Amino acid sequence: MKAERDSITIIRRGEAVEIDRFAPTETLLDYLRLRERSIGTKEGCAEGDCGACTVAIGRPDGEGGVAYRPVNACIHLLGMADGAEVVTVEDLARGGTLHPVQRAFVDHHASQCGFCTPGFVMALFALHHRPDPGPIDRNDVNDAIAGNLCRCTGYKPIVAAALDACAEPQPDGFGESATTLTGIGEGQPVFVGNERSFFAAPAAIDELAALCMLHPGATIVAGATDVGLWITKQMRPIEQVIHVGRVRGLADVEDRSDSIEIGAAATYQDAWGALSAIDPDFAEVLRRLGSPQVRAVGTVGGNIANGSPIGDMPPLLIALGSGITLRRGAETRTMPLEDFYIDYGRQDRLPGEFLVSVRVPKPAGTAAFRAYKISKRFDQDISAVLAAIAIDLEGRRIASARIAFGGMAGIPKRARRVESALAGILLDDSSRSSAALDLLGDDFSPLSDHRASAGYRLRVARGLLMKALTEIAGTPSAHTRVVGLREVADVAGA
Amino acid sequence: MSQAPELIVDPHVNATGELRSVHKPVPHDSAERHVAGTALYVDDVFEPAGCLHVAVGGSPSAAGRIARLDLERVRAAPGVVAVATAADIPGHNDISPIGAGDDPILAGDEVVFHGQPLFIVIARDRLSARRAVGLAAIEIEETAPLLTAEAAADANAMVSPDFDIVRGDAAAGIAAAPRRLSGKLMIGGQEHFYLEGQAALAVPEEGGDMYVLTSTQHPSEVQKAVAEMLRQPLSTVTAEVRRMGGGFGGKESQAGQWAVLAALGARITGKPCKLRLDRDDDMIMTGKRHDFATFWKVGFDDEGTLLALELDFLARCGHSADLSVGVVDRTVFHADNAYYLKDIAARSRRLRTNTVSNTAFRGFGGPQGILAIEHVIDQVAHALGQDPFDVRMRNLYGPGRDVTPYGMEVFDNIAPEVMASVAERSGYRARRQEIARFNNENAFLKKGIAITPVKFGISFTTTHLNQAGALVHVYSDGSIHLNHGGTEMGQGLYVKVAQVVADEFGVDVAYVKITATTTAKVPNTSPTAASSGTDLNAMAARLAAAQIRTRLTAFAAEILEGPPEDVRFRDNHVILGNRSMPFAELVNKAYYARISLSSTGFYKTPKIHWDRETARGRPFFYFAYGAACSEVTIDTLTGELRVDRVDIVHDVGKSLNPAIDIGQIEGGFVQGMGWLTTEELVWDERGRLRTHAPSTYKIPTSSDVPAEFHVHLFDCENREGAIYGSKAVGEPPLMLAISVHSAIFDAIAGMARPEAPIPLRAPATPEAILNAIDAVRGDAVQEAYR
Repeated sequence: MKAERDSITIIRRGEAVEIDRFAPTETLLDYLRLRERSIGTKEGCAEGDCGACTVAIGRPDGEGGVAYRPVNACIHLLGMADGAEVVTVEDLARGGTLHPVQRAFVDHHASQCGFCTPGFVMALFALHHRPDPGPIDRNDVNDAIAGNLCRCTGYKPIVAAALDACAEPQPDGFGESATTLTGIGEGQPVFVGNERSFFAAPAAIDELAALCMLHPGATIVAGATDVGLWITKQMRPIEQVIHVGRVRGLADVEDRSDSIEIGAAATYQDAWGALSAIDPDFAEVLRRLGSPQVRAVGTVGGNIANGSPIGDMPPLLIALGSGITLRRGAETRTMPLEDFYIDYGRQDRLPGEFLVSVRVPKPAGTAAFRAYKISKRFDQDISAVLAAIAIDLEGRRIASARIAFGGMAGIPKRARRVESALAGILLDDSSRSSAALDLLGDDFSPLSDHRASAGYRLRVARGLLMKALTEIAGTPSAHTRVVGLREVADVAGA
Repeated sequence: MSQAPELIVDPHVNATGELRSVHKPVPHDSAERHVAGTALYVDDVFEPAGCLHVAVGGSPSAAGRIARLDLERVRAAPGVVAVATAADIPGHNDISPIGAGDDPILAGDEVVFHGQPLFIVIARDRLSARRAVGLAAIEIEETAPLLTAEAAADANAMVSPDFDIVRGDAAAGIAAAPRRLSGKLMIGGQEHFYLEGQAALAVPEEGGDMYVLTSTQHPSEVQKAVAEMLRQPLSTVTAEVRRMGGGFGGKESQAGQWAVLAALGARITGKPCKLRLDRDDDMIMTGKRHDFATFWKVGFDDEGTLLALELDFLARCGHSADLSVGVVDRTVFHADNAYYLKDIAARSRRLRTNTVSNTAFRGFGGPQGILAIEHVIDQVAHALGQDPFDVRMRNLYGPGRDVTPYGMEVFDNIAPEVMASVAERSGYRARRQEIARFNNENAFLKKGIAITPVKFGISFTTTHLNQAGALVHVYSDGSIHLNHGGTEMGQGLYVKVAQVVADEFGVDVAYVKITATTTAKVPNTSPTAASSGTDLNAMAARLAAAQIRTRLTAFAAEILEGPPEDVRFRDNHVILGNRSMPFAELVNKAYYARISLSSTGFYKTPKIHWDRETARGRPFFYFAYGAACSEVTIDTLTGELRVDRVDIVHDVGKSLNPAIDIGQIEGGFVQGMGWLTTEELVWDERGRLRTHAPSTYKIPTSSDVPAEFHVHLFDCENREGAIYGSKAVGEPPLMLAISVHSAIFDAIAGMARPEAPIPLRAPATPEAILNAIDAVRGDAVQEAYR
């Protein structure tokens, strides 16, 4: 083990900047605006939902270049940026010449009030630097800016500017810091602060285990896309932060023949390829989960561990029969994911214990999988209902079903009565399947809140199961959906 | 300085003989700074040394008496310099924009909405101030809050008297009509969601003067509110705004409170103070578009001609009057939209509730009025089994039926042509056939299509606000300093006015330095609102520039030795016959010849008059028109909605800047679409707003914009004397989005029996759509569906 570091280092405009004094909850945005006075980066909401604070984080891509990902600086803890190049909107214009993205914005009249503009420019800077610079279309642009809100333009000129500047990206002078970045703090744990108040980023899993045992009250942070709001909105007095993002191996994604093993610190982006391959619907839920800024740092593990009843991953993973591994000190244990959730706000996790990984079985050849996300807005919204349905078929007969919902209870939960009633039914037997779906009301008593009423949740849950059965029976999704068509995904994936 | 002699310019003709900037797609003046991150907003400007930060503590209850407000722990918190309550306000504790006296800056004895500001914390940094706010010990003796318009109507709780526009006898007309329908339409409010939240920086100056950098559409009102709070003359307070990060009406009256509180902090501490609201506080503490419960009764004939209409608008105004008098007036003004109604009673109530005070929002009450009548027409067409487009065309204003219910002639009616144009461009008739086919072939998905018109009255209905001032200096190097009372919130006002001034001097727009709006240069300004910013300020600036040009013309005639009427200003030169001189040189010579190179300009809208007592007059200088065709697909199992295609034909007169105007149309449409679809404000039973951040309140994202989205400018010139034949564009396009609501209605109507009215509220969220579907299908259909 190399010596512990008591500072972090980021790269700004080609220079290494060492930062040794910061509060564990200081955000990257406050660092930029208040300390550095880089005021081009704006605060619009301080909760990672508007994208005005978007900056690009560059890390070595493993192939000698730099991978730039957009992040919401407002909920990105400063300590998490350790070892990264941080690019802000002021950095893009070189020698008085605007960056191609900036130039296109001006040419297409894509700014009005201008307040969201820096965030859009940086989200599109990331698109400009996408790993696969193949052709892009309007949908790709929409996905790239799904985390950026504009209230003035109606987006049309922004999309035009993006297509103009990013369709065939030309070298822009960025991405040449790979050698500078490689090796910053590699393998060295970080501990900034004191026993009472610290930001810690262990480098090895044994260090993480020891730290969690030593400080069982510490807040474990992966992407901070949820914890960030505890800080900026709830003003929680968090003094001890353990960041898991630099633990060697903890972000690994292993794609095996029958399952996928996802380390707790793997971001959605890291896990995207393996999870998307499970089914087009899994890919579609991922596409609509958060935004590029959220998926760049948010983790599948965090979505599991925070126990939210409205996380999008748990229902999908439960329907697929996933299991998790937890570790406390030297002890590890495994359990089915669904058993982790005890009640609203309660998980089966002991003090000092942390999530190590989740194992996702791949559906067998006889299985059909469907998932649907229902929200007021398609992109970057929290689900009112999330349905995940895995059905094992014997010809056109349902051998067994695993159905899990989010938003229907205080925890992600299976529809066990419906599952048993569906077993043995022919796909074409609409009267029996309809009767089976009527049992949803026995499985769930959802709540009414600002996202949806209880009645709507129940009706829509039933509608989604009917939709799934109709689709599995053979109706193309072009006849059943207004968004996320499976046939399009198949073509795109082929 | 003596007042310059009054000079009259022809609003259609440029005296220099040529327009080089006007009518061109000149980029936004700040575009390059926007993209580089160098455009400065209030929070970005260098803080003066010693600057302190203000955070606001709000009421935990919606209604009640303050039993205890203990701020000891707040005062003792780290970094806190001072705290202040209502008792610390030196002057007037009210910021009502109409002087109603019902809008306390900080609550005194009682609280009237959840989140109402009770105290401020002044600390060394913003985080310390925000943390300290949470340490207050507050006890409220709660009373039962009035939360909805209907509850307030039952309690007869009002913020101002009812106002009706009535022509003929609507009740009798409905009773005598061959067919009748009635119903209730719930219309939701809307959060502005300007990306830059409310912010102000107050700097104390010598002798008790106060300078306030603010993000407001109405600097003169900020100046007044600060002066009255400090009990000082207006002349001691300067309010300045370079740009806003969006306004949309939300910074018309409601930016004042935050500037006033920053100034209070500055007065108490003697230090500069900045207040920038957190987004959640901003959404909880500032007003929104008014939500309405609307009751309608209509009489019509078998052809779909509307014979008589009664509309009762119950507006939820919140706890105070704010701008509700004018907002809800505009609702009844627009209850006719583009249609002639012989017998009509449009009645409105401004209801007082224990919720945040609702305020101006793009359209200013007009959208709710127009949505109501378009919904009525949708119901009528459905009941008759007619194409709603035909019903709309039949009812438009036309020859012999061209006087509004308030007695104004619709002298410039182009609604029929605009409607016909959009029908043709969109291929409406053929697509309606295709949609019928699609709906026959699909069990789960249903499509709908609709064309709706907009006719929007341009002018402040508060007549005295229709005035503007400007100040133009020409410096001795030929550079031009432009200032006027209008504010820039992204709408492109600054560049449009600069284009006009550039053409007045025959120089490139780059000669014109656009400067921040400040009460120190142009006094007594009207808010930048009512879509009138360009109409008013461009004329005032043009008049100011024309005074200087007139002086320069005489001087040029003298030194170039020719008749003044032959002097031309173009291509950055002054030209007389075959002689010319660079503009800068002429200006320099004029300076040495002791010619005044500075002038004010003043403009007031002609012809308008309004008598609210009799509800008759000509409140509007002219009307702006437009029409949109929207096609949607809905999922009948989930209520999900996709807007597939939109075609717009919109009238901006002869556009001053087509790029800016198209931006306003597209942006306005998408904002209106958000109001009517995904944007839902939810309050709980205790009157707490539950959707107070973008995580829970969903404005459109890029993917919500239809893949096919075509905008055409209608080719015409304003018949009235607005600047260079242009028309106002800020608000009218928002109401084009009503076509989306009507298209959803159409999709549901296709599943319903004619006798079943369709209860589609706004916003048409997935849940609202599914509710409407369930209501029209009934059990029998539901059964067959299984």
